[in-house]
Amino acid sequence: MRYENLLESLGHTPLVGLPRLSPQHSRGSGAEVRLWAKLEDRNPTGSVKDRAAFFMIAQAEKDGLLQPGSTILEPTSGNTGISLAMVAKLRGYRVVVVMPENTSEERRQLLRMYGAEIIASPAAGGSNEAVRVAKQIAAERPDWVMLYQYGNEANARAHYETTGPEVLADLPEITHFVAGLGTTGTLMGVGRYLREHNPDVKIVAAEPRYGELVYGLRNVDEGFVPELYDESVLTTRFSVSSADALRRTRELVAAEGIFAGISSGAVLHAGLGMAAKAVAAGERADIVVLMADGGWKYLSTGAYSGTLEEAEARLEGQLWA
Amino acid sequence: MAIEVRIPTILRTYTDGAKQVEGTGSTLDELFGDLEQRHGGLRARLVDDKGLRRFVNVYLNDEDVRFLDGLATPVKDGDTVTVLPAVAGGASVAG
Repeated sequence: MRYENLLESLGHTPLVGLPRLSPQHSRGSGAEVRLWAKLEDRNPTGSVKDRAAFFMIAQAEKDGLLQPGSTILEPTSGNTGISLAMVAKLRGYRVVVVMPENTSEERRQLLRMYGAEIIASPAAGGSNEAVRVAKQIAAERPDWVMLYQYGNEANARAHYETTGPEVLADLPEITHFVAGLGTTGTLMGVGRYLREHNPDVKIVAAEPRYGELVYGLRNVDEGFVPELYDESVLTTRFSVSSADALRRTRELVAAEGIFAGISSGAVLHAGLGMAAKAVAAGERADIVVLMADGGWKYLSTGAYSGTLEEAEARLEGQLWA
Repeated sequence: MAIEVRIPTILRTYTDGAKQVEGTGSTLDELFGDLEQRHGGLRARLVDDKGLRRFVNVYLNDEDVRFLDGLATPVKDGDTVTVLPAVAGGASVAG
Protein backbone atom coordinates (compact mmCIF):
# COMPACT_ATOMS: atom_id res chain seq x y z
CA MET A 1 0.00 0.00 0.00
CA ARG A 2 1.18 3.49 -0.82
CA TYR A 3 0.44 6.59 1.28
CA GLU A 4 1.27 10.28 0.91
CA ASN A 5 2.70 10.47 4.45
CA LEU A 6 2.83 8.57 7.72
CA LEU A 7 -0.44 9.93 9.13
CA GLU A 8 -2.28 8.78 6.02
CA SER A 9 -1.27 5.21 6.87
CA LEU A 10 -3.25 5.26 10.12
CA GLY A 11 -5.52 2.27 10.74
CA HIS A 12 -6.53 -0.48 8.30
CA THR A 13 -4.75 -2.90 10.59
CA PRO A 14 -4.85 -6.65 9.89
CA LEU A 15 -7.43 -8.98 11.43
CA VAL A 16 -5.62 -12.25 11.96
CA GLY A 17 -7.16 -15.62 12.84
CA LEU A 18 -5.93 -17.45 15.95
CA PRO A 19 -6.48 -21.06 14.82
CA ARG A 20 -4.45 -22.66 17.61
CA LEU A 21 -5.96 -20.66 20.45
CA SER A 22 -9.54 -20.92 19.18
CA PRO A 23 -11.51 -23.72 20.88
CA GLN A 24 -13.10 -24.80 17.59
CA HIS A 25 -11.56 -22.99 14.68
CA SER A 26 -13.10 -25.20 12.02
CA ARG A 27 -16.40 -26.96 12.29
CA GLY A 28 -15.86 -30.28 14.00
CA SER A 29 -18.50 -31.80 16.20
CA GLY A 30 -19.95 -28.45 17.24
CA ALA A 31 -20.41 -24.88 16.09
CA GLU A 32 -17.32 -22.85 15.22
CA VAL A 33 -15.88 -20.80 18.07
CA ARG A 34 -13.11 -18.67 16.62
CA LEU A 35 -10.86 -15.89 17.83
CA TRP A 36 -9.50 -13.12 15.60
CA ALA A 37 -6.79 -10.66 16.60
CA LYS A 38 -6.88 -7.04 15.43
CA LEU A 39 -3.20 -6.09 15.36
CA GLU A 40 -3.05 -2.44 16.38
CA ASP A 41 0.73 -2.45 16.62
CA ARG A 42 0.61 -1.93 12.84
CA ASN A 43 -0.16 1.75 13.35
CA PRO A 44 2.36 4.59 12.79
CA THR A 45 3.85 4.60 16.32
CA GLY A 46 2.93 1.03 17.07
CA SER A 47 -0.25 1.30 19.12
CA VAL A 48 -4.02 1.73 18.90
CA LYS A 49 -3.60 5.19 20.45
CA ASP A 50 -2.52 6.69 17.15
CA ARG A 51 -6.17 6.68 16.13
CA ALA A 52 -7.36 8.70 19.14
CA ALA A 53 -4.36 11.05 19.04
CA PHE A 54 -4.87 11.88 15.40
CA PHE A 55 -8.61 12.45 15.79
CA MET A 56 -8.25 14.54 18.96
CA ILE A 57 -5.64 16.82 17.42
CA ALA A 58 -7.61 17.15 14.18
CA GLN A 59 -10.72 18.13 16.15
CA ALA A 60 -8.82 20.66 18.27
CA GLU A 61 -7.42 22.21 15.08
CA LYS A 62 -10.91 22.39 13.62
CA ASP A 63 -12.17 24.04 16.80
CA GLY A 64 -9.37 26.61 16.60
CA LEU A 65 -7.81 25.47 19.91
CA LEU A 66 -4.41 24.69 18.40
CA GLN A 67 -2.12 27.05 16.50
CA PRO A 68 1.47 26.42 15.45
CA GLY A 69 3.59 26.57 18.59
CA SER A 70 0.73 25.61 20.92
CA THR A 71 1.48 23.35 23.88
CA ILE A 72 -0.51 20.15 24.32
CA LEU A 73 -0.78 18.73 27.86
CA GLU A 74 -1.95 15.17 28.50
CA PRO A 75 -2.09 12.62 31.32
CA THR A 76 -0.98 9.29 29.86
CA SER A 77 0.64 6.04 30.91
CA GLY A 78 2.59 6.16 27.67
CA ASN A 79 1.08 5.16 24.37
CA THR A 80 -1.24 8.15 23.98
CA GLY A 81 1.66 10.44 24.78
CA ILE A 82 3.85 8.77 22.18
CA SER A 83 1.09 9.07 19.56
CA LEU A 84 0.37 12.71 20.42
CA ALA A 85 4.08 13.52 20.33
CA MET A 86 4.46 12.04 16.86
CA VAL A 87 1.46 13.90 15.43
CA ALA A 88 2.52 17.09 17.22
CA LYS A 89 6.03 16.82 15.82
CA LEU A 90 4.63 16.73 12.28
CA ARG A 91 2.20 19.58 12.97
CA GLY A 92 4.48 21.89 14.94
CA TYR A 93 3.12 21.64 18.50
CA ARG A 94 4.91 21.13 21.78
CA VAL A 95 3.82 18.22 23.99
CA VAL A 96 3.99 17.90 27.78
CA VAL A 97 2.83 14.58 29.23
CA VAL A 98 2.05 13.71 32.83
CA MET A 99 3.01 10.08 33.28
CA PRO A 100 3.09 7.79 36.33
CA GLU A 101 6.68 7.05 37.34
CA ASN A 102 6.01 3.28 37.34
CA THR A 103 5.79 2.92 33.57
CA SER A 104 8.35 1.26 31.34
CA GLU A 105 11.66 2.86 30.38
CA GLU A 106 10.95 2.29 26.69
CA ARG A 107 7.95 4.61 26.86
CA ARG A 108 10.08 7.37 28.38
CA GLN A 109 12.74 6.99 25.70
CA LEU A 110 10.21 7.04 22.88
CA LEU A 111 8.50 10.12 24.30
CA ARG A 112 11.80 11.98 24.58
CA MET A 113 12.78 10.87 21.09
CA TYR A 114 9.63 12.47 19.69
CA GLY A 115 10.42 15.60 21.67
CA ALA A 116 7.82 15.35 24.44
CA GLU A 117 8.53 16.72 27.90
CA ILE A 118 7.66 14.39 30.77
CA ILE A 119 6.29 15.38 34.15
CA ALA A 120 6.36 12.36 36.49
CA SER A 121 3.37 11.67 38.73
CA PRO A 122 3.64 9.43 41.81
CA ALA A 123 3.53 5.65 41.23
CA ALA A 124 0.93 5.10 43.90
CA GLY A 125 -2.45 5.69 42.35
CA GLY A 126 -1.30 5.00 38.80
CA SER A 127 -3.18 6.80 36.05
CA ASN A 128 -5.67 8.35 38.48
CA GLU A 129 -2.84 10.34 39.93
CA ALA A 130 -1.58 11.39 36.49
CA VAL A 131 -5.07 12.66 35.67
CA ARG A 132 -5.23 14.61 38.92
CA VAL A 133 -1.81 16.21 38.41
CA ALA A 134 -2.59 17.10 34.78
CA LYS A 135 -5.88 18.74 35.75
CA GLN A 136 -4.04 20.80 38.35
CA ILE A 137 -1.41 21.93 35.81
CA ALA A 138 -4.13 22.71 33.26
CA ALA A 139 -5.78 25.03 35.77
CA GLU A 140 -2.46 26.85 36.29
CA ARG A 141 -1.66 27.02 32.56
CA PRO A 142 -4.84 28.02 30.76
CA ASP A 143 -2.81 28.70 27.59
CA TRP A 144 -1.96 25.01 27.31
CA VAL A 145 -4.40 22.71 25.55
CA MET A 146 -5.34 19.55 27.41
CA LEU A 147 -6.97 17.20 24.92
CA TYR A 148 -7.96 14.92 27.81
CA GLN A 149 -8.43 11.50 26.27
CA TYR A 150 -10.67 10.30 29.14
CA GLY A 151 -13.40 12.76 28.22
CA ASN A 152 -12.71 13.75 24.61
CA GLU A 153 -15.46 12.61 22.26
CA ALA A 154 -12.96 12.52 19.38
CA ASN A 155 -11.23 9.60 21.13
CA ALA A 156 -14.35 7.41 20.97
CA ARG A 157 -15.25 8.83 17.56
CA ALA A 158 -11.90 7.71 16.14
CA HIS A 159 -12.99 4.15 16.85
CA TYR A 160 -16.56 4.72 15.70
CA GLU A 161 -15.26 6.00 12.37
CA THR A 162 -12.25 3.74 11.80
CA THR A 163 -11.75 0.68 14.03
CA GLY A 164 -15.44 -0.30 14.10
CA PRO A 165 -16.00 -0.15 10.32
CA GLU A 166 -12.71 -2.01 9.70
CA VAL A 167 -13.73 -4.86 12.02
CA LEU A 168 -17.21 -5.18 10.56
CA ALA A 169 -15.94 -5.13 6.97
CA ASP A 170 -13.40 -7.86 7.71
CA LEU A 171 -15.73 -10.01 9.82
CA PRO A 172 -19.42 -9.34 9.17
CA GLU A 173 -20.31 -12.43 11.24
CA ILE A 174 -18.67 -11.01 14.40
CA THR A 175 -20.42 -12.04 17.65
CA HIS A 176 -18.05 -10.54 20.27
CA PHE A 177 -15.65 -7.60 20.44
CA VAL A 178 -13.14 -7.60 23.30
CA ALA A 179 -10.76 -4.73 24.13
CA GLY A 180 -8.94 -3.22 27.06
CA LEU A 181 -10.70 -0.69 29.29
CA GLY A 182 -8.70 2.42 30.05
CA THR A 183 -10.06 5.65 28.70
CA THR A 184 -12.91 3.43 27.41
CA GLY A 185 -12.65 5.15 23.99
CA THR A 186 -12.05 1.98 21.98
CA LEU A 187 -14.93 0.05 23.54
CA MET A 188 -17.37 2.97 23.40
CA GLY A 189 -16.63 3.82 19.76
CA VAL A 190 -16.38 0.31 18.32
CA GLY A 191 -19.21 -0.89 20.57
CA ARG A 192 -21.67 1.76 19.37
CA TYR A 193 -20.77 1.22 15.74
CA LEU A 194 -21.13 -2.55 15.87
CA ARG A 195 -24.42 -2.38 17.83
CA GLU A 196 -25.96 -0.18 15.16
CA HIS A 197 -25.27 -2.94 12.65
CA ASN A 198 -25.91 -5.92 14.89
CA PRO A 199 -27.84 -5.27 18.12
CA ASP A 200 -26.88 -8.71 19.46
CA VAL A 201 -23.12 -8.24 19.30
CA LYS A 202 -21.44 -8.64 22.68
CA ILE A 203 -19.04 -5.90 23.79
CA VAL A 204 -16.59 -7.12 26.41
CA ALA A 205 -14.11 -5.10 28.46
CA ALA A 206 -10.86 -6.42 29.93
CA GLU A 207 -9.66 -4.22 32.73
CA PRO A 208 -6.15 -4.55 34.19
CA ARG A 209 -5.97 -5.56 37.86
CA TYR A 210 -2.79 -4.35 39.49
CA GLY A 211 -1.16 -5.07 42.80
CA GLU A 212 -1.25 -3.24 46.09
CA LEU A 213 0.91 -0.32 45.08
CA VAL A 214 -1.47 0.97 42.43
CA TYR A 215 -4.62 0.57 44.51
CA GLY A 216 -3.04 1.09 47.88
CA LEU A 217 -3.97 4.70 48.38
CA ARG A 218 -7.17 4.83 46.38
CA ASN A 219 -10.09 5.97 48.41
CA VAL A 220 -13.30 4.17 47.50
CA ASP A 221 -15.27 7.37 48.01
CA GLU A 222 -13.46 9.36 45.34
CA GLY A 223 -12.48 7.00 42.56
CA PHE A 224 -12.27 7.88 38.94
CA VAL A 225 -14.58 6.90 36.11
CA PRO A 226 -13.68 8.33 32.68
CA GLU A 227 -16.24 10.80 31.38
CA LEU A 228 -16.46 8.82 28.12
CA TYR A 229 -17.59 5.68 29.92
CA ASP A 230 -21.18 4.57 29.28
CA GLU A 231 -21.90 1.29 31.02
CA SER A 232 -24.83 0.53 28.70
CA VAL A 233 -22.48 -0.06 25.75
CA LEU A 234 -20.82 -3.00 27.47
CA THR A 235 -22.18 -6.53 27.73
CA THR A 236 -19.76 -7.40 30.48
CA ARG A 237 -16.46 -6.47 32.07
CA PHE A 238 -13.62 -8.65 33.35
CA SER A 239 -10.88 -7.74 35.78
CA VAL A 240 -7.71 -9.52 34.65
CA SER A 241 -4.79 -10.06 37.01
CA SER A 242 -1.19 -9.44 35.99
CA ALA A 243 -0.55 -13.19 36.27
CA ASP A 244 -3.32 -14.09 33.81
CA ALA A 245 -2.33 -11.27 31.43
CA LEU A 246 1.31 -12.43 31.42
CA ARG A 247 0.40 -16.08 30.88
CA ARG A 248 -1.81 -15.23 27.92
CA THR A 249 0.76 -12.85 26.45
CA ARG A 250 3.21 -15.74 26.34
CA GLU A 251 0.60 -18.08 24.88
CA LEU A 252 0.12 -15.61 22.04
CA VAL A 253 3.79 -15.93 21.14
CA ALA A 254 3.98 -19.68 21.69
CA ALA A 255 0.77 -20.68 19.91
CA GLU A 256 0.32 -18.02 17.25
CA GLY A 257 3.67 -16.25 16.91
CA ILE A 258 2.19 -12.91 17.94
CA PHE A 259 4.51 -10.73 20.04
CA ALA A 260 2.02 -8.46 21.77
CA GLY A 261 2.02 -6.11 24.74
CA ILE A 262 0.83 -7.27 28.13
CA SER A 263 -2.61 -5.68 27.91
CA SER A 264 -3.22 -7.84 24.83
CA GLY A 265 -2.75 -10.87 27.05
CA ALA A 266 -5.47 -9.52 29.33
CA VAL A 267 -7.77 -9.03 26.34
CA LEU A 268 -7.06 -12.56 25.12
CA HIS A 269 -7.86 -13.88 28.61
CA ALA A 270 -11.30 -12.25 28.53
CA GLY A 271 -11.80 -13.42 24.92
CA LEU A 272 -11.03 -17.01 25.86
CA GLY A 273 -13.47 -16.71 28.77
CA MET A 274 -16.23 -15.71 26.34
CA ALA A 275 -15.16 -18.49 23.95
CA ALA A 276 -15.49 -21.07 26.73
CA LYS A 277 -19.00 -19.80 27.48
CA ALA A 278 -19.94 -20.14 23.79
CA VAL A 279 -18.58 -23.69 23.64
CA ALA A 280 -20.52 -24.63 26.79
CA ALA A 281 -23.71 -23.20 25.28
CA GLY A 282 -23.09 -24.87 21.92
CA GLU A 283 -23.23 -21.49 20.17
CA ARG A 284 -21.19 -20.24 17.20
CA ALA A 285 -18.85 -17.38 18.08
CA ASP A 286 -16.51 -15.14 16.11
CA ILE A 287 -14.63 -13.15 18.71
CA VAL A 288 -12.44 -10.17 17.85
CA VAL A 289 -9.70 -9.45 20.42
CA LEU A 290 -8.02 -6.07 20.00
CA MET A 291 -4.26 -6.23 20.53
CA ALA A 292 -3.43 -2.63 21.48
CA ASP A 293 0.32 -2.78 20.92
CA GLY A 294 3.36 -5.00 20.41
CA GLY A 295 5.67 -6.32 23.09
CA TRP A 296 8.67 -4.12 22.30
CA LYS A 297 7.93 -1.44 24.87
CA TYR A 298 7.71 -4.00 27.70
CA LEU A 299 10.94 -5.94 27.18
CA SER A 300 12.63 -4.12 30.05
CA THR A 301 9.87 -5.21 32.44
CA GLY A 302 11.13 -8.78 32.08
CA ALA A 303 7.68 -9.98 31.05
CA TYR A 304 9.00 -12.24 28.34
CA SER A 305 11.91 -13.94 30.07
CA GLY A 306 12.30 -16.42 32.90
CA THR A 307 9.44 -18.25 34.56
CA LEU A 308 5.97 -16.75 34.82
CA GLU A 309 6.41 -16.40 38.58
CA GLU A 310 9.61 -14.40 38.10
CA ALA A 311 7.98 -12.23 35.47
CA GLU A 312 4.98 -11.61 37.69
CA ALA A 313 7.20 -10.60 40.59
CA ARG A 314 9.09 -8.16 38.34
CA LEU A 315 5.85 -6.67 37.13
CA GLU A 316 4.52 -5.98 40.62
CA GLY A 317 3.80 -2.30 41.02
CA GLN A 318 4.30 -1.47 37.34
CA LEU A 319 1.58 -0.21 35.05
CA TRP A 320 1.37 -2.60 32.13
CA ALA A 321 -1.63 -1.18 30.38
CA MET B 1 -15.98 -24.28 51.86
CA ALA B 2 -17.04 -20.68 51.82
CA ILE B 3 -16.87 -17.67 49.56
CA GLU B 4 -13.51 -15.90 49.51
CA VAL B 5 -13.66 -12.11 49.55
CA ARG B 6 -10.59 -10.03 48.67
CA ILE B 7 -10.43 -6.69 50.44
CA PRO B 8 -8.52 -3.65 49.12
CA THR B 9 -5.95 -1.99 51.39
CA ILE B 10 -8.11 1.03 52.06
CA LEU B 11 -10.88 -1.13 53.60
CA ARG B 12 -8.69 -3.42 55.68
CA THR B 13 -9.30 -1.29 58.75
CA TYR B 14 -12.59 -3.20 58.90
CA THR B 15 -10.97 -6.63 58.61
CA ASP B 16 -8.13 -6.21 61.14
CA GLY B 17 -5.75 -5.88 58.23
CA ALA B 18 -6.78 -9.14 56.55
CA LYS B 19 -6.35 -9.19 52.76
CA GLN B 20 -9.07 -11.74 52.37
CA VAL B 21 -11.94 -12.89 54.48
CA GLU B 22 -14.56 -15.59 54.09
CA GLY B 23 -18.30 -15.39 54.17
CA THR B 24 -21.49 -17.17 53.24
CA GLY B 25 -24.75 -16.33 51.51
CA SER B 26 -26.69 -17.17 48.38
CA THR B 27 -26.46 -13.68 46.89
CA LEU B 28 -23.87 -10.91 47.03
CA ASP B 29 -26.21 -8.92 49.26
CA GLU B 30 -26.45 -11.81 51.73
CA LEU B 31 -22.69 -12.26 51.61
CA PHE B 32 -22.11 -8.59 52.49
CA GLY B 33 -24.68 -8.95 55.28
CA ASP B 34 -22.81 -11.96 56.62
CA LEU B 35 -19.46 -10.12 56.49
CA GLU B 36 -20.97 -7.16 58.36
CA GLN B 37 -21.58 -9.37 61.41
CA ARG B 38 -17.85 -9.97 61.83
CA HIS B 39 -16.52 -6.82 60.15
CA GLY B 40 -18.79 -4.03 61.35
CA GLY B 41 -18.86 -0.94 59.11
CA LEU B 42 -17.62 -2.67 55.97
CA ARG B 43 -21.01 -2.99 54.31
CA ALA B 44 -21.70 0.74 54.45
CA ARG B 45 -18.47 1.43 52.56
CA LEU B 46 -19.58 -0.85 49.72
CA VAL B 47 -23.29 -0.22 49.47
CA ASP B 48 -25.67 2.71 49.84
CA ASP B 49 -29.45 3.05 49.39
CA LYS B 50 -29.10 2.81 45.63
CA GLY B 51 -26.92 -0.29 45.55
CA LEU B 52 -23.19 -0.56 45.00
CA ARG B 53 -21.35 2.68 45.61
CA ARG B 54 -20.23 4.49 42.47
CA PHE B 55 -16.48 4.15 42.94
CA VAL B 56 -16.54 0.60 44.25
CA ASN B 57 -16.12 -2.25 41.80
CA VAL B 58 -17.03 -5.78 42.83
CA TYR B 59 -16.05 -8.76 40.72
CA LEU B 60 -17.40 -12.31 41.01
CA ASN B 61 -14.70 -14.65 39.69
CA ASP B 62 -13.23 -11.65 37.82
CA GLU B 63 -16.53 -10.56 36.21
CA ASP B 64 -17.97 -7.16 37.21
CA VAL B 65 -21.21 -7.82 39.14
CA ARG B 66 -22.82 -4.69 37.67
CA PHE B 67 -23.12 -6.72 34.47
CA LEU B 68 -24.47 -9.76 36.32
CA ASP B 69 -27.30 -9.05 38.76
CA GLY B 70 -25.64 -6.47 40.98
CA LEU B 71 -26.30 -7.15 44.66
CA ALA B 72 -28.77 -9.89 43.67
CA THR B 73 -26.03 -11.83 41.86
CA PRO B 74 -26.07 -15.45 43.05
CA VAL B 75 -22.89 -16.62 44.77
CA LYS B 76 -21.84 -20.06 45.90
CA ASP B 77 -19.13 -21.86 47.86
CA GLY B 78 -15.81 -21.75 46.07
CA ASP B 79 -16.48 -18.40 44.40
CA THR B 80 -14.03 -15.53 44.72
CA VAL B 81 -15.33 -11.99 45.19
CA THR B 82 -12.87 -9.14 44.63
CA VAL B 83 -13.55 -5.61 45.85
CA LEU B 84 -11.55 -2.81 44.20
CA PRO B 85 -11.68 0.98 44.06
CA ALA B 86 -12.45 2.31 40.56
CA VAL B 87 -9.24 3.45 38.90
CA ALA B 88 -8.38 4.87 35.53
CA GLY B 89 -6.83 2.10 33.56
CA GLY B 90 -4.89 2.70 30.56
CA ALA B 91 -6.08 -0.60 29.60
CA SER B 92 -6.07 -0.30 25.90
CA VAL B 93 -2.60 0.14 26.78
CA ALA B 94 -1.87 3.11 28.22
CA GLY B 95 -3.98 5.86 28.61
